[in-house]
Amino acid sequence: MDGVIPAIKVEDITVAYRENPVLWDVDLEVPPGVLMAIVGPNGAGKTTLLKSILGLVRPAAGRVFIKGEPLSRQRRLIGYVPQRSSVDWDFPTTALDVVMMGRYSELGWFRRPGRRERELAMQALERVGMTDFANRQISQLSGGQQQRVFLARALVQDSEIYFLDEPFAGVDVTTEKAIVAILKELRDRGRTLLVVHHDLSTLAEYFDWVLLLNVRAIAAGPVATTATPELLAMTYGGRSAYLMNQGGAEH
Amino acid sequence: MDALTALLSDFTVRTVMLGCALLGFTAGALGVFALLRRQSLLGDAISHAALPGVAIAFLLSGSRDPLVLVLGALASGWLGTLLVSAITRSTRLREDSALGIVLSVFFGVGLVILVIVNRLPTAGKAGLSTFLFGNASTMLTRDVWTICLLGLACLCCLALFWKEFKLISFDPQFAASTGLPERMLDTTLTTLIVLAIVIGLQAVGVVLMSALVVAPAAAARQFSDKLLNVVLLGGLFGALSGIGGAMLSASVEKLPTGPVIVVLASVLTLLAILLAPHRGLLPDWLRHLASRRRIETRRILQALYRLVESDPDPFRPHDPNALHAVGLKTARSTLAVMVDLGWVEYSGERGWVRLTAEGWEEARRSIGGELPA
Repeated sequence: MDGVIPAIKVEDITVAYRENPVLWDVDLEVPPGVLMAIVGPNGAGKTTLLKSILGLVRPAAGRVFIKGEPLSRQRRLIGYVPQRSSVDWDFPTTALDVVMMGRYSELGWFRRPGRRERELAMQALERVGMTDFANRQISQLSGGQQQRVFLARALVQDSEIYFLDEPFAGVDVTTEKAIVAILKELRDRGRTLLVVHHDLSTLAEYFDWVLLLNVRAIAAGPVATTATPELLAMTYGGRSAYLMNQGGAEH
Repeated sequence: MDALTALLSDFTVRTVMLGCALLGFTAGALGVFALLRRQSLLGDAISHAALPGVAIAFLLSGSRDPLVLVLGALASGWLGTLLVSAITRSTRLREDSALGIVLSVFFGVGLVILVIVNRLPTAGKAGLSTFLFGNASTMLTRDVWTICLLGLACLCCLALFWKEFKLISFDPQFAASTGLPERMLDTTLTTLIVLAIVIGLQAVGVVLMSALVVAPAAAARQFSDKLLNVVLLGGLFGALSGIGGAMLSASVEKLPTGPVIVVLASVLTLLAILLAPHRGLLPDWLRHLASRRRIETRRILQALYRLVESDPDPFRPHDPNALHAVGLKTARSTLAVMVDLGWVEYSGERGWVRLTAEGWEEARRSIGGELPA
């Protein structure tokens, strides 16, 4: 990675809730143009790491650089898909309206979204296959459709670096494949993506890079050389059903 | 009608009604945000917490100047809000406990100071006790002007930061990730809610003011899935309650305004919760009944079909009670619906039923691939 400015650089991030460390001294460099997963057991701090990089959680120590600069100067480069369960889907608004929210910061103060924002939002909805649902109230959407709306909102941000928190949680297989296709397409167009993921069985199929995280960063690098049985065992402490199945198959 | 005309032509009553309409609109509109951000209980804590502020402001200034009293209420309402979040953050108490503590402590302190104020030989103290249960008829022109000024300021602020307030109410994390000053916007919106509450205190009272924040908003949410409509409707319901309350209490002697306003708002909300077209309980229940009936008619149709399937005469009448044997409830009303649909007809006076040709076809269709050809 010498000579190339990493898309995301995390230095010594430590986060603690009360006295318990959630993240301990995590370092990470994400090269530009990769589709990278963060995997680890429950409570490993995956979401917290994502939120600390985005400045949504204040770390006890550590620094974050986006393309070599502090986050505050690079907000415009960032797109974010929070966990679907983090919002109230009974909020009185439509799918189209939620997608347009992705343009609010670009619009600036006091300006209302107009025809241009509407067009961009419709294009984004089309890319995720949700054109027919544009004017649906969001509580009437299925889990998969809600996730697509969230992805469309991030697409409309037209960012260089995307952060996605569990985009496959509680969605149907069709939606999962559709989302993966879009993530890969973004990667192929040179965007960088950091995705909290928890299904080891699809890791190699979906992602090219991976961070193994369990409070500490166990390892990071290309999936082929990083997601080895030894390192995964270190990450999960032998508690992964997937690993046990794999182990069973070998014997 | 004459009484109404007389009431409306009275300058004082008109002034009071204007004030009540505007404070109702502001509370209803901003209440929608309190509702969506799950801050309804916070509204109750804020209004109670405002009481010591009103009393202290009066003690210090010695005047009933509405702006001074509102500023006092604003300050202590705000202090209460800060305390709630400080307690939640730094102790292991949950928010509901923090709200309960702040509400009762501030209200208690407020009452004590109120008693002290009432013992002072100062002139003009008379109006202060109305802050408990509210009395719109004590509103003077300058009070109404203060309400108008602050209410309109709140609404303008809401319009200016509309899309930002919408975003931080729906998804604060995403808002912060885009670089919006989420904390500041959150504080501003909460301040607006506090303001909407304190301008209503004189007319509605600290004890009941939070109902005027929550009830119209809850009613409005029943009718629309668009935030703008919900906010406008919330404002409208609030204003209607305000006007109605002012009129009723002006026409009946010694009827306090606050409780009347709140009763009106609550009746509106009750009706909305019961009757609103899409989200109301009654339409919901009717839809549920209709869908159960649809399923029931299908099952009876299919059972009749199976009974006569192997019969050379498919249209032989059957005793509906025979269907009990296959576990079906054959309510008369369900059969009547099926007769209306033309699927079955009564045959003979014993109340037996038989499939019609149409019912036969319908049953075949609905059973579909379930049976071997």
